Amino acid sequence: MAITVDLALARGTFRLDVRFAAPGGLTALFGRSGSGKSTVIACLAGLARPDRGRIVLDDETLLDTERGLHVPAHRRRIGTVFQEARLMPHLSVRQNLAYGRWFARGRGDAAGLDPGAVIALLGIGHLLDRRPAGLSGGEGQRVAIGRALLSRPRLLLMDEPLAALDAERKAEILPLIERLRDAAGIPIVYVSHAVSEVARLADTIVVLEEGRVAAAGPAEAILRRGDLGAFHAAEAGALLDMVVEAEAPSVDLTRLSGRAGQLLVPRIALAPGTAVRVHVPARDVLLALEAPVGLSARNRLAGRVRGLAPLAEGTILVEVDCNGAVLAARLTRAAADELGLVPGMPVFAVIKSVAFDPHGVGRGAPAIDI
Amino acid sequence: MNPLGLTPDEWTAIVLSLRVAGVATLASLVPGLAVAWLLARKRFPGRALLDGLVHLPLILPPVVTGYLLLLAFGRRGTFGAALAELGIVFSFRWTGAALACAVMGFPLMVRAMRLSLEAVDARLEQAAATLGAGPLAVFLTVTLPLALPGVLAGAVLAFAKAMGEFGATITFVSNIPGETQTLPSAIYTLTQVPGGEAGALRLTLVSVALSMAALLVSELLARRLGRRLGAG
Repeated sequence: MAITVDLALARGTFRLDVRFAAPGGLTALFGRSGSGKSTVIACLAGLARPDRGRIVLDDETLLDTERGLHVPAHRRRIGTVFQEARLMPHLSVRQNLAYGRWFARGRGDAAGLDPGAVIALLGIGHLLDRRPAGLSGGEGQRVAIGRALLSRPRLLLMDEPLAALDAERKAEILPLIERLRDAAGIPIVYVSHAVSEVARLADTIVVLEEGRVAAAGPAEAILRRGDLGAFHAAEAGALLDMVVEAEAPSVDLTRLSGRAGQLLVPRIALAPGTAVRVHVPARDVLLALEAPVGLSARNRLAGRVRGLAPLAEGTILVEVDCNGAVLAARLTRAAADELGLVPGMPVFAVIKSVAFDPHGVGRGAPAIDI
Repeated sequence: MNPLGLTPDEWTAIVLSLRVAGVATLASLVPGLAVAWLLARKRFPGRALLDGLVHLPLILPPVVTGYLLLLAFGRRGTFGAALAELGIVFSFRWTGAALACAVMGFPLMVRAMRLSLEAVDARLEQAAATLGAGPLAVFLTVTLPLALPGVLAGAVLAFAKAMGEFGATITFVSNIPGETQTLPSAIYTLTQVPGGEAGALRLTLVSVALSMAALLVSELLARRLGRRLGAG
């Protein structure tokens, strides 16, 4: 499963010129509003036509302006979940779910994606006889995800599916998207401008800035970078693959262990042994030259400085190699000079437990090497 | 059965009017929907011209519309002669009255349908397309059901207009009892003869009652549809 995208389009003063390839899994299109994310999604779905471009899904070309090829939206087999649920108001939830499936009759369901399984996965069994007008935002969005899945798509597009929802509803849907990513085997292109969502979900990240690709690559490498504009520098951080441990010092905390060592984070409701990925924002990491004593912060990881990169506003991003896992710390240039940080130097990274955003801790793909 | 004391001739005019208006409305439905959809959703060269043509009968004096129909569809008219060879004759037939009523009601029908089609959220149509529905399927499963109250309102308007059409009809197909004498023509005829006032009043009452009934039915249908769409 691979997607190759090459698009160029001009609308008024807005210019889009985007080229990227995604290997499958969950690819996040990340950028602030107006960066062209939704336009890329509309072109992928076949709802907008670029001035010039090519879209190839596996070995099937969906768009090639040079050859005058434009497969219309309804023949692309690309499921789309929009910001708003866009359910058919004149149909019941059951009929909405059946809608796409009817047009896809004759094609088999993907493994584990028959109606019963999808309804169970999304927890919408009790809504089947309701009308969309009577659903809450979160319920509507779950039905919309189910409807897209049941149309038997080869690719799922999600255009900020959580944007219209409050934090509670987001917390309810994020795990569902993780399960989709890991269980359904359908590649997903996910649009977001929220770092916590992207950090939690993405395998691959494509950063868009003003209609261009500023960076693209594996999630952990992109998230660590601080050179992607001031907007991104403030949010740079590391992704750590860890496992939930059985024992914890208090009921409010969960102990995680991984290559880098052990971390205490606010309680997360996952069974011991579950693989998780943890986003550690660089602004929440302190560095010390000696093992700190008499400090309230619970998490101390030993490592060596791997590299230093200047950031905006007189700050510096320090990468710390903790036994093969890379952490990032954002310091002022003055602090870095005072510590005399150079690559290879042993340091201790200190992180407060409360720094962890519980929404930023997501299920990871099953870890093999921990 | 006959509380108004209607004469057989008056009955004939009423039944003929209902038939003419019914046929005119039914025959306009599909072309009306097609034109309304084109104007609501598509941008194409000649769109303004189509819009103008559709609205022309609303602006022109009905007599002029009727005369144009006579020139086009009369026995020796531009299309009339060719159609007559196929066995389709409009001039001085009730079918001609239906054609005149259809043309006169068309702008009203298209306006109502177009407004309700424009009100359908195009994002729902996009969502349907991503779910695999082709353009015709999108129209039949999303656009039309959501626009149905307006479509019905357009049909009722056209029907009411057809029941009352006079100028174009009488110019195009004259005023032949039993063939082209519709309610308004019959009322007109009765007012022209001495002692016809009672008959004219009876038919006027029938005319008012039929128009009111049509409006009530459309209102009820629209309300039922609205409830179905908004129900939780």
